[in-house]
Amino acid sequence: MPSSVLTRLRRLQPYLRRYKKRYVIGLTALVLTQVVGVTIPLVIRRALDRIQHSTTPLGRLVHFGPIVDGLLFLAGILLALQLGKSIFLFLTRWVLIGISRDVEYDLRNDLFRHLERLDARYYTENRTGDLMAKLTNDLAAVRNIVGPGIMYSANTVVLGVLAIAVMLYMDPRLTLLALLPLPLASLLVKFFGQKIHERFEKIQALYSELTEKVRESLAGVRVIRAFCQEEAERRSFDRMNGDMVGRNKGLIWISSFLWPGLALLFAASTLLIMVVGGWQVVRHDITVGTFVAFTMYLMYLIWPIIALGWVTNIIQRGLASLGRLWKIFEAEPDISDREVPEHPLNEIRGDIEFRNLTFSYNGSPILKDINLRIPAGTTVGLVGATGAGKSTLASLIARLYDAPAGAVLVDGVPIREIPLRTLRESIGFVPQDTFLFSETVRENIRFGKPSATERDVERAAETSHILPEIGGFPKGFDTMVGERGLTLSGGQKQRVAISRAVLRDPRILILDDALSHVDTYTEEAILRHLTRIMAGRTTLMISHRVSTIRHADWIIVLRHGEIAEQGTHEELLALNGYYADLYSRQLIEEALEKEA
Amino acid sequence: MPDGFHEEEILGKAYDGRLMRRLLGYLRPYKAVVFFALAAIFLFGLLQVVPPYLMMVEIDRYLDPAGRGRVPAFFLHFLSPHPLTGILQIALVFFIPTVVITFVLQFAQSYAMQLVGQKVMYDIRNQIFSHLQQLPMSYYDRNPVGRMVTRVTTDVDVLNDLFASGVVAIFGDFFTLVAITGIMLAINWKLALMTFSVLPLIVLVTMAFRRAVRESYRRIRIAIARINAYLQEHITGMTVLQLFNREAASYEEFEQINRAHLDAYKDSILAYGLFYPAVEFLGVLAIAIILYRGGVEALSGTLTIGAAVAFIQYSQRFFRPIQDLSDKYNILQSAMASSERIFKLLDTSAVVHDPAAPRTIEKLRGRVEFRSVGFGYQADHRVVEDISFTIEPGETVAVVGHTGAGKTTLTSLLLRFYEPQEGELLLDGVPIRELSRSDLRRNFGLVLQDPFIFSGTIASNIRMGTPGISDEQVREAARRVNLLPFIEALPHGFDEPVKERGATLSVGQRQLLSFARALAHDPSILILDEATSSVDTQTEILIREGLRTLMENRTSLVIAHRLSTIQNASKIIVMHKGRIREVGTHQELLARQGIYFKLYQLQYKDQELPVTEAASRAGNSMPELAS
Repeated sequence: MPSSVLTRLRRLQPYLRRYKKRYVIGLTALVLTQVVGVTIPLVIRRALDRIQHSTTPLGRLVHFGPIVDGLLFLAGILLALQLGKSIFLFLTRWVLIGISRDVEYDLRNDLFRHLERLDARYYTENRTGDLMAKLTNDLAAVRNIVGPGIMYSANTVVLGVLAIAVMLYMDPRLTLLALLPLPLASLLVKFFGQKIHERFEKIQALYSELTEKVRESLAGVRVIRAFCQEEAERRSFDRMNGDMVGRNKGLIWISSFLWPGLALLFAASTLLIMVVGGWQVVRHDITVGTFVAFTMYLMYLIWPIIALGWVTNIIQRGLASLGRLWKIFEAEPDISDREVPEHPLNEIRGDIEFRNLTFSYNGSPILKDINLRIPAGTTVGLVGATGAGKSTLASLIARLYDAPAGAVLVDGVPIREIPLRTLRESIGFVPQDTFLFSETVRENIRFGKPSATERDVERAAETSHILPEIGGFPKGFDTMVGERGLTLSGGQKQRVAISRAVLRDPRILILDDALSHVDTYTEEAILRHLTRIMAGRTTLMISHRVSTIRHADWIIVLRHGEIAEQGTHEELLALNGYYADLYSRQLIEEALEKEA
Repeated sequence: MPDGFHEEEILGKAYDGRLMRRLLGYLRPYKAVVFFALAAIFLFGLLQVVPPYLMMVEIDRYLDPAGRGRVPAFFLHFLSPHPLTGILQIALVFFIPTVVITFVLQFAQSYAMQLVGQKVMYDIRNQIFSHLQQLPMSYYDRNPVGRMVTRVTTDVDVLNDLFASGVVAIFGDFFTLVAITGIMLAINWKLALMTFSVLPLIVLVTMAFRRAVRESYRRIRIAIARINAYLQEHITGMTVLQLFNREAASYEEFEQINRAHLDAYKDSILAYGLFYPAVEFLGVLAIAIILYRGGVEALSGTLTIGAAVAFIQYSQRFFRPIQDLSDKYNILQSAMASSERIFKLLDTSAVVHDPAAPRTIEKLRGRVEFRSVGFGYQADHRVVEDISFTIEPGETVAVVGHTGAGKTTLTSLLLRFYEPQEGELLLDGVPIRELSRSDLRRNFGLVLQDPFIFSGTIASNIRMGTPGISDEQVREAARRVNLLPFIEALPHGFDEPVKERGATLSVGQRQLLSFARALAHDPSILILDEATSSVDTQTEILIREGLRTLMENRTSLVIAHRLSTIQNASKIIVMHKGRIREVGTHQELLARQGIYFKLYQLQYKDQELPVTEAASRAGNSMPELAS
C-alpha cells in the first residue's frame, strides 16, 4: 500500500481505536467461523467415503448397522459444526458491520459539530448541496471501508489461507490446477468494477444535465409557451433522453457481462476438478469424497475471491471520500475566540462603537470609514438604499463577519476580545431573511433560550403581536412550521423571528428590515411593545420605511457604504435630503393604499 | 435537488394489481425482446440442473464402480468405457457447451431486459415530460418545480429496477425452482421429498426475516429522511443557529436523530446477522438429511453416490432463489409507490382545450381588445375585474400600477395562460377562444421582467427552437438591439455556451438577449414586462434603444417601469387593486393629480434625474451580500 494511503487511513485511527475490543471479538469470531467452516466439507468427504467404501464388494462384508449409525453420527457432527459456524458467523457480522455503523454515527456527529463551528464565509463558499452530498455519499463510502471493507478483506485472507491449506493437504496438484482460473476472477471484478464505476459516473453527469433540463423547462414554462416552444422542448428533451439510453447501453453491456463471466470462470475451475480430479479418482490417487470436497471448497472460495476485487474498489472509493470529508474537518473558522484575553468581558451593557470602519467581503469596500457610537440604551435607526451596507454593518456587530481589528467595539472593548458566546448571548438578532426551522411555533420562539417558560414564550409572542394569530393556528403553539406544517405568511414569519430574538432578553436588539412584511398598523403596535421592553437597552433598527424608525433617538442614512446623513427625524427632514425624500414617498404610498 | 430530501411517502403497498397491469403495459412495444428474455431465462433455468447431473454421471460411471448400474442408458451407451476418454467426453460434449450456453443466455437475458428497462424509462420520461408541457399554467402554480422534476427523474429510475432486475428475475427464479424440483424428484422422489422437508423452515425463517427487516427498513428510511432534512435545514440556517448560541442544543438534537438511525440499522444488522447463518444452517440440515438417508439408500443399492452428490449440489442451488425472491419485495414496493405518483401526474388532465375547429389566422394586424374581462386564480377571488380597453395596430400601450395591481395577470390572459371567468379578449376582432393556442401565441413576442436564459448557446437562446429563423436573422436581431459587438467579442461568438444560472451574462445583457429573442420572432404584438433592476448608464442607453427598435411599428403592451417608455406610449392604463382607474397620456394623467400622479412620484420621478442617479436608486433587485 502506498504511504499516502496509509496516512489517509490513519485519520480513521481515533475512530477505530474506540472499538478495538469489539474488533478483536469480531475478528476472532471471523477466524473461528472459517476454522469451523472449513471442516464441514471434510465431514461430508468422510461420510461419502464411508458410504462408497461400504458399497464396494469388500465393504459389503461390514455389517449394515454400524455404518448407518456412523452416518447418523457424522450427520450429527455436521449439524453441530454448522451450528457453531452459524453462531460465529452471526457474531462476525453483528460485531464488524455494527462497528461500521457506530463509526458512521461518530463521524456524522463530529462533522455536524464541526460544521457548527464554521462561519458564514465558509457557507458562502460551500454550497449546501455539496456539503449534503459529502455528508451522505462520502460518509457511506468511508463506512464501507470500515465495515464490509475490513470484514471481507479479513474473510478473504482467513478463508483463503484455510481452504487452500486444506486443499493442498488433500492434493497439492489438483489444488493448483483448480485455483488457476480464480485470480482472473478477482481481476475481472476489479477491472469491471472500475469500468462500471467510471461509466456510472458519466451517466450520473448526464443525468444531472437531464435533471437540469427538466427543471429549466418547467421553470421557464411561460417563455416556452409564449414562444410556442413546447414541441421544440419535447424534441430537445427527447434527444437528451435518448442520449441517456445510449450511454446506459455501454454500462449495461459491461454489467451484464460481469456475473455470467464470473460464473464461467468458476465453471472452468469445476471443469478442471471434474477432469483432473476425476481421473485421479479413477487412478485411486484420491477418493470420491475428496473429489466432492474439492468442488465444495471451490464454492467456498467463490465469494472471497469476488470480494477481493470488490474490496479494492471499495477501499479506493472510500479513500477518495475520506479525503473529501477531511477537507471539511480541516476547514477552520476565521471567526473564533483566538484573541480573547485571559480575563474577558463577561457581561455586556450594550454600548456599540464603530471606529474608522472600512470593510469588504472581497475587493471593493461595502462600508467606508464609518465612525459611529451607539450609547447603551439608545435606539438607532438605519436607512438607505439596497446595497448601501446596512445589513453588513449589523452583521459585523454579531461577528458574522470579522471587521478589521479594533474597528468595532462593544462597551469600549474590541469585539474580537469578547468571547463569541458572551457577545452573541447579549444580542437579539432578527435577520433580513427570516429563517425559521421546521419545528413547532413554540420551539422556534424559544430557539435561543430552551429554558424559557411557557409564560416567557407567550409574552414574547405578545410583544411581536403574533399571539392572537397563534391562538388561531390548528394546534396553537404546538403547530408545526414550514414545509411539513403550516406555511406562515411573510409577516407571520417575521413576527415569530422577533419573538425569538426578544425572548432572549438581549442587551442589544438588531432588527434587520424585520417589519417589511408587516402592515403599518401592526408595525405600530410592535414598535410600541418594543419601546417598553427595550427601555434601557440598545436597539438597532434597519428599515426601508420611515415609519419604522422615525421615533428612534438617532437616525443614520447610509449611502454607498458611507454615512450620508444623520440626526433625529426632525433634523433630517429639515435637511431635505435622501431621508426627507424617503419620507415623502411614504406619505404618497400611504395615500395610494387608501385609494379604494 | 433539495426536494429529494423530503420523502413524500415513506412506504406504501407492495403490490397493486391495477398499477402493475398499467406498468406492464409499457412493455408492450418491446414484446419481442421481453419474450426473447423470458425464453432465455427459461432455458437458463433448465440448464442450471445440468452441471450437477453431469457430475453425477461422471461419479457413477467412472469414479464409483458400484454406481455403474444406475447410470442412465443414454450416457451408458454414449460414453466411452475408457474412463479418461469418457470423462473428457462429458467435459467437451456436455459440460463446456452447457456452461457456454448458460453464459450466453444469462448475458443475453440481462442485456435484453436492462435495455428494455432503459427504453421503458425513455418512454415514460418522454410521456411525463410531454404531459407536463401540456398541463395548464394553474398546475404549475400549485406544484413546486422540484416535485415535478422528481416525477420525471427519481420516480422513473425506481421503475427501472423493476423492469431491469425485477420482473424477469422473478420468472428466472421460478424456472430454476421448477427445474430443480423436477430433476430431484426424477432421480429419487423419496429423498427429494425428504430434502424438501427443510423448505417450510426456510420459508418461515425468510418470512420472519422479511418482517423484521421491513420494520427496521421503514425506520431507517424515516431516520435518513430526518437526518437529511435536519442537515439541509441547519446548514442553510447555520447563521441563525450560531447567532442564537444553539450549537450545543442543536448538536444534541442531531445526535438523537442520528442515534435513531443507528438503532434502526443495528436492528437490521441483527436481522441480517441472524438470517444468513440460519439459512446456512438449514442448508446444511438438508445435506445432513441427504447424507444420512442417502447413505442408507446407497447401502441398500437404491441410490448412487453420484446421485447423493448431485442432491447436495441441487439443494444448495435450490435455496438461493427463495432468498432472492425476498429481495424482490423491496423493488416491488418502491416501484408501486413511484408508479402511483407518476400515474397521478399523467392522469391530471389538461383543463384548457383548443377549439375543435379553430379559426385560422395568418399574420395579424395586431388589434387587441379586452371586453369586460374578470379573472381570479381562485374561483371566489377576482384579481382583475371589469377590464376593458383596446390597443390599435401599431400602438404602444403602457400599463402602470402599484405591486399587486393585476398588471401581469392581463398579459397572462392575453397569452391564454389562463381563461378569464368573465368577458372576452379579441384579436383583430376574433375572440381568442376560437383560435388554437399555438396560432395565437405565434403572433406574440414576450419579454419577461426577469429574462429567462436557457442552457445552450447565445444563438439557441435567440432562435429558441423555432424553425425558419436563419442564422442571418439571428445575427440581424442581435445587431438591432446592439448586442452584436458583445457577442462578437465572445470566444465562440453566437455559439458561446450560456446557462440559466450562470454568470456569463450581465443583467443588462440578459435583457438585451431577450429583446433579440423577441425581435427574431418578429411578432405582431409585443408583450413586455420591463425589468426594474438597475444597470449602468451605458447599458441603460442600449436598453432604451433596444426597446425603441422592438416596439417600432408593432402593437405593444408594456408593463412599464421606465419613464422613457411611459412618455413614448400613446396611452397609459393605470391599474389599481385589479381595476382600470385612469386612462390617458402622460401629460393628461399628471394633470389629473390622481393615482397616476402618485405613482409617478413614487416610481418615475427620480428617473428625470441624470441616468446614473436613477440607476443607483431604483435598484431593488441587487442582492445585498450579507443576506
